[in-house]
Amino acid sequence: MTTCLLSWIIFTPALMALVLMFLPNRMEKNFRMWALLSSFISLILAFKLWLNFDASSAQFQFTELAAWIPQLGLSYSVGIDGISLPLVMLTAIISPIALLGTWPAHGLPKKEKFFVAMILFLQTGMYGTFLATDLFLFYFFWEIVLIPMFFMIGIWGGQDRIYATVKFFIFTMVGSLLMLVAIFYLVRSSAIQGGMPSALMSAFANAQFPLDQSSLAQGLKSPQMLLFLAFALAFVIKVPMVPFHTWLPDAHVQAPTIGSVFLAAVLLKMGTYGLMRIAIPFFPQAALMMAPFFYFLGVVGIIYGAFCAMAQTDFKKLVAYSSISHMGYIIVGLFSFDRIATSGALYQMINHGVSAAGLFLIVGFLYERLHTRNLEDFGSLAKITPMMAIAFLIMTLSSVALPGTNGFVGEFTILLGTFQVAPVVAVLCGIGVVLGAVYSLRAYQMVMFGPLTKQENKSTKDLTAREIIAMVSLTVLVFGIGFFPEFFFGKSHVTLDNYMTNLLSHIGR
Amino acid sequence: MMQSNLPLLILILPLIGFFVNGVVYPLILKGFAKTSAPLAGITATAFISLSFILAVKVFFLLSGAGHEEHNPVVMQTVYQWLDVGSLHIPFELKVDKISGILILIITGIGSLIHLYSIGYMSHEKCVGRYFSYLNLFCFAMLLLVMGANLPLLFFGWEGVGLCSYLLIGFWYTDTEKADAGKKAFIVNRIGDLGFLIGMFLIFKNFGTLTFSEIYTSIASGDTISQTTAVAICLALFVGATGKSAQIPLYVWLPDAMSGPTPVSALIHAATMVTAGVYMIVKLNPLFDLAPQALTVIAYTGAFTALFAGSIAIAQKDIKKVLAYSTVSQLGFMFLACGVGAYQTAVFHLMTHAFFKALLFLGSGSVIHACSGEQDMTKMGGLKKYLPHTHLTMLIGSLAISGIPFFSGFFSKDEILYSVIALPSGHTLLFFVGVLTAALTAIYTGRMMTITFYGTERLSHEAKHHLHESPATMLIPLYVLAILAAFGGFLGVPHLLGEQFSLHHQLAHWLDPLVPTRVLPMVGVKLALHEGVVMVGSSVLAICSFAFGIVAFKKKFHISDHISGLKDIQKVLENKYFIDEIYFAVVVNPLKLLGKLCAHVVDKVIIDGFIVGLGRGTRDLGKRFKALQSGDVQAYAYLLVLGLVTLLWIAFRKVMM
Amino acid sequence: MDKIQLLSAFLFTIGLLIVITRRNTIVLLMGVELLLNAANLSMVGFSHHMSQIDGQMQVFFVITIAAAESAIGLSILVNLYRNFGSIKTDVAQGLRG
Repeated sequence: MTTCLLSWIIFTPALMALVLMFLPNRMEKNFRMWALLSSFISLILAFKLWLNFDASSAQFQFTELAAWIPQLGLSYSVGIDGISLPLVMLTAIISPIALLGTWPAHGLPKKEKFFVAMILFLQTGMYGTFLATDLFLFYFFWEIVLIPMFFMIGIWGGQDRIYATVKFFIFTMVGSLLMLVAIFYLVRSSAIQGGMPSALMSAFANAQFPLDQSSLAQGLKSPQMLLFLAFALAFVIKVPMVPFHTWLPDAHVQAPTIGSVFLAAVLLKMGTYGLMRIAIPFFPQAALMMAPFFYFLGVVGIIYGAFCAMAQTDFKKLVAYSSISHMGYIIVGLFSFDRIATSGALYQMINHGVSAAGLFLIVGFLYERLHTRNLEDFGSLAKITPMMAIAFLIMTLSSVALPGTNGFVGEFTILLGTFQVAPVVAVLCGIGVVLGAVYSLRAYQMVMFGPLTKQENKSTKDLTAREIIAMVSLTVLVFGIGFFPEFFFGKSHVTLDNYMTNLLSHIGR
Repeated sequence: MMQSNLPLLILILPLIGFFVNGVVYPLILKGFAKTSAPLAGITATAFISLSFILAVKVFFLLSGAGHEEHNPVVMQTVYQWLDVGSLHIPFELKVDKISGILILIITGIGSLIHLYSIGYMSHEKCVGRYFSYLNLFCFAMLLLVMGANLPLLFFGWEGVGLCSYLLIGFWYTDTEKADAGKKAFIVNRIGDLGFLIGMFLIFKNFGTLTFSEIYTSIASGDTISQTTAVAICLALFVGATGKSAQIPLYVWLPDAMSGPTPVSALIHAATMVTAGVYMIVKLNPLFDLAPQALTVIAYTGAFTALFAGSIAIAQKDIKKVLAYSTVSQLGFMFLACGVGAYQTAVFHLMTHAFFKALLFLGSGSVIHACSGEQDMTKMGGLKKYLPHTHLTMLIGSLAISGIPFFSGFFSKDEILYSVIALPSGHTLLFFVGVLTAALTAIYTGRMMTITFYGTERLSHEAKHHLHESPATMLIPLYVLAILAAFGGFLGVPHLLGEQFSLHHQLAHWLDPLVPTRVLPMVGVKLALHEGVVMVGSSVLAICSFAFGIVAFKKKFHISDHISGLKDIQKVLENKYFIDEIYFAVVVNPLKLLGKLCAHVVDKVIIDGFIVGLGRGTRDLGKRFKALQSGDVQAYAYLLVLGLVTLLWIAFRKVMM
Repeated sequence: MDKIQLLSAFLFTIGLLIVITRRNTIVLLMGVELLLNAANLSMVGFSHHMSQIDGQMQVFFVITIAAAESAIGLSILVNLYRNFGSIKTDVAQGLRG
C-alpha cells in the first residue's frame, strides 16, 4: 500500500462508496458504521503518510505520475508537501469526527444509502483537491466536490434547500469556469515553449507571464493579471471573500449538519489552498499588484462579517458569518508576502477548520434536540447540559483566539506578520478580534446563560457518548495546537521556507 | 541565572488543581454539581498553598543569589512553543526579582482567599466549578508574571481575562451577572488590541519579544525614534487601561462586583488588575525612552484616581465603594509609574494587595453575615455583632487611608513625594494626588461608619441570622490584617529609617531591575521636603478619616449635609452616567451597524445583486423563448433570413 | 440566358413567399412544388447555356424526389386534418416554448 499511498487515500472513500451501493438495503442501520470504517481507514493511511513524511525536504513527496491525455498534456499526478500535509490531515481527522458528531439518534434520514455514499464521495473530492499536482486533475476534483454537496443540501436540507443549493452550485461553478479557461491557456502556453503540453503544476512554478506594471489599467490587460484574476475569482468565491460570499449563509443554514461541518471545515479551505498553491506562486507580480485590493476585501470581510454576525438571531447563520470573518484573516495573511503571516495563514486554515467544525456540531446538537436555531429559544442550557456547555465554551474560545487555543496561534502570527508590512491593515484586522469576542460571547450567553425562558428546554439531553468522543477529539486539537503548535505544524517549516523564498525572489525582495 | 524546575512546578500545580476539581471529581462523582465545598475547597487550597511554599523557596534562591549576582533570575525553558521564520517564542519561565514578589503575592494571598472561599461558598451549589476556575486563574496569573517573553505574558493576560469572565458570571442564570462577565471580557479585549499593537511594534523595531533581549537592545543603545517609543508605550498602556481599569476602560470593574466576593478580592484587588502595572514596571527601560507616554500615563492615573474617588464617596453598595476604591488606587500606581517611580508603584501594588484584599474579604464577611445584603444603608451598628470582622476591616481602612505606620501610609506617601520631588512630576499631579488621598480616607471612613457604627438598620430576619464568620474566613482576615498593618515596613523611607537603621528593603531588592530614582535633592533639603510631605499627609489622612467617620454616621449622602448638592450627589451616585454614555455612543450604534450590515447591505444590496443576476438571466431566457412560437412557418422565415444573410456575407465582395 | 434565370429566381421567390406566408397547407405544398420547379428551370437554363447535359440529368432526380415529397406532404396534410381538425398551418403549435 505504501507504493501508491496518496491514490489509496484519495480513492478509498470512493471505493467504499461503490461497495456500499451494492450492500442490501435492509442493512440500513449499518451504513453509517460503514462510512465510519472508511473514514478510519483513511485516517490510518493519513497517519502513515504523516509518519513517513520527510520534514526536511521541500519537494513533493509520495509522487505518482501517470499520463492521462498526453495529447492535451493532462496527467494523473499527485504529490504531497508541507502545505498540503496539514490540510490532508485536517480532512482525515474531521471526517470521523463529523460522522460521530452527527450520528442519527432516532430514525435514519430518507435515502440513507445515497446520503452516506455522498459523504464518502465528498471525501474523495476533498483529498483529491489537496493532493493533485496536475492543474486539470485539480480542477476535476475541485468540481467533483460540488456534486455531493449539491445533493446533500438539495435533498436532506432545510426548507429553502433548493434555492440554497442551486445558488451554491451555480455561484461556485461560474467562478470555476474562468479558471478552466485559464488552465487551458496555461496548458497551451506550456506547449508553445517546450513542445509537449503539460498541465503539471511544476511546469508553471517559474513561468513568467508578461505583466505590464506601469499602471493598474495597463496591468489589468496583461496576460499574467488576467490569468491571476481568473484563478483568483474561482478561489475567492470559495473562501468566501466579500462580496462573493452570499452563497455561504444560505448554504449553511439549509444544509444538514454534516454537510455544514464539511463545508466549513474543509471546503472553504480549498479556496485558500488554491490561492496559496496556484494563484499567488504562479503569478506573483500580479498578486503583489493586486495585494492592496485583497487586503481591502479581506479587512472588509473580517469586519463586515463580524457585524453581520452580531445582528443574527439564527445561530447557524451567525456561525456562517463568523466563518466569513475568520477566513478574511487568511486572505490578508496570504497576500502579505511575509514569512510569518503566510505560515500563520496556513495554520489558521487548520485552526478554523477545527473550531468551525466544533461550532457547527454544537448547532447540530441543539437543532437535533430542540428543532430550532433561533438564539432566543435557548437560555440557561449550561445548567441542563453541562457537557455541551463546556464543549461550546472551548469552541468559542478557539474562535475568539484565546491564547492557549489554536485560534491564537494562527491569528497572532498573521497579525504580527502583516503588521511588519502593512501596519494599518493589521490594526484593522485587530478590530475584528474585538468584534469576534462580541458576537461569540453574545451567542454563548443567549444559549447557555440567562434564566430559563422555555420550560420545554428543561428536559434537553446532554451529549451522547459518540458526540462526546467527537467534541473531546476537537478539544484535544484545540488545546494541542494551542500549546504545542510546533508538533502539529513543524513538518511544514521547510516547505514554507522554500515557498516564501521562491515567492520573494520573484517579486524582488 | 539559575536553572530550576521550580517555576514550572509553581505554574503547573494550580493547573492540576483545576483539572482535579473540574474533571477528575466530576468524573468520579458522576456529576458537575456533586463535589462538596470542603472537598473542592481543600483540594484547591492545597494546590495553591503548595505553589506558595515553592514560591517562598524561589524567593530564597533569589535572595541568596543576590549576593553574587546583580540580577538573579530563576529560569526554566520548557520547550519551543512557536518557531516561525524570524519569530521564536520559547515557553520560557523566568522569575526575576519583580516576578518573585508577585508570585509570593499571587500564591500567598491566593491561598488565603482559597481558604476563605471554603467558608464563604459553603452554601453554594457547583462549588467544584468555582474552585476549579479559581485555580485556573492562579495558573494564568502566574504565567503572566513568570513569562519570559511578551506572548507568554499575553497568554496569562488573556487567561486571567477568561477566568474573570467565568467567575464574574459564576451565577450565570442571572442575566445581569452574565452581562457583567461579558462586559469585562469585551472591554478587556479592546485593551488587548492595544497590547497586541504594542507587541507588534516591539517586534518590528527590536526583532524580538523576549524581555532579556529587549533589555539588552535598549541598554546597548540601539536607538529607536522617540515617536516609535511613544507609540509602543501608548499602545501598551491602552492594554493596561483595560486590564487595570483606568479611564477609559475601567467600566467593567464596578460591574464585576456581581461575582462572588472572594473573586473580587483576588482578581479585582490583589492580582489581575495589577497586571497592567506589572507590565509597565517590567518594561520600564522601554517606557523611559518615551517621556511623553509617561506623562500621559501619569495624568491618566491621577485623573482616574480622583474621578473614581469622587464616585466612591456616593455609593451605597459596599462592594461598589471598594471597586471604585480599587480603580482609584490603581490610578495611584499608574501615577507613580508615570513620574518614573516604578519601585514605588510596585510597593503600592504590594500594600494595596494586602489591604484591599483584606477590605474585600471583610466586606464579604459582612455580606455573609447579613444574609447577602450589600446595601450599607441597610446595615449599621454591626460592630458589636461582628467584632473580628470589624477589627480587621478597621485595620484595612487605616491602611488604605494612609494613617501613619500602616502599610498604606508608607507606599502612598512615597508616591506623593515622588510626584512632587522627581523632575518628571508636576505640582498639579501632586495636588490631585493629595486630594484623592483625602477622598480615600473620607469614603473609607464613611464606609466603616455606615456599616459598623450608628443605628442598626438591618431587617428583622437578617438580624436573626447575624453571626460572625467561621474560622476559615477569619484566619485569612487576620493574616491580611497583620500584613496590612506591618507590611509597610518593607519600604521605610530614609528619613525615618535612618533613625532606626531600617532600610527601604523593597527598593534594595528591586534595584537592579527597577532602578531607584535618584532624587534631585540631598541631605537636609531632602529631609525637609520629605518630612513636610510626610507630616502633612499624615495629618490630612487622620483628619479625613475622622471626618469620614463622624460626618457620615447619621447622614449617608453628601446631599444630606448640604442640600444644594443634590444634583451633584445624583451625578456621583450614577457614576457620572458613563455607562449610559458608552451605551448611547458606542454600543447602540454598533448594534445598529450590525443590523444594517446583516439586513440591508447583505440581504438587499449584495444578495439582491446576485439574485438579480439570476433573475435577469431567466428573464433574458424568457425573451428568447418568444422566438419559439411553435409556428413552423415562422421558423421557415427565420431560415430564409439566415440564408440571405449568409449569402450576402459570402458574396458581398463579388456583388460590389 | 439571364431571362431564364430571372424567371427562375422570380418563380423561386414566389414559391418562398407562398411557403412563408400562406396558411393553407395545400397552398403550402403548391409553393414547395413551385420552389422545386424553379430550381429545375434554373438548372435547365444553365444546362442549355453551358451545353452540358448535367443540368438536365439533375432535373430528372429533382422531379422524382418532388413527386415522392408531394405524396408524403399530402399524407402529412391528411394526418394534420385528422389530428387538428383543420388544415391551417397554425393549429400545430405543440413545439411552442
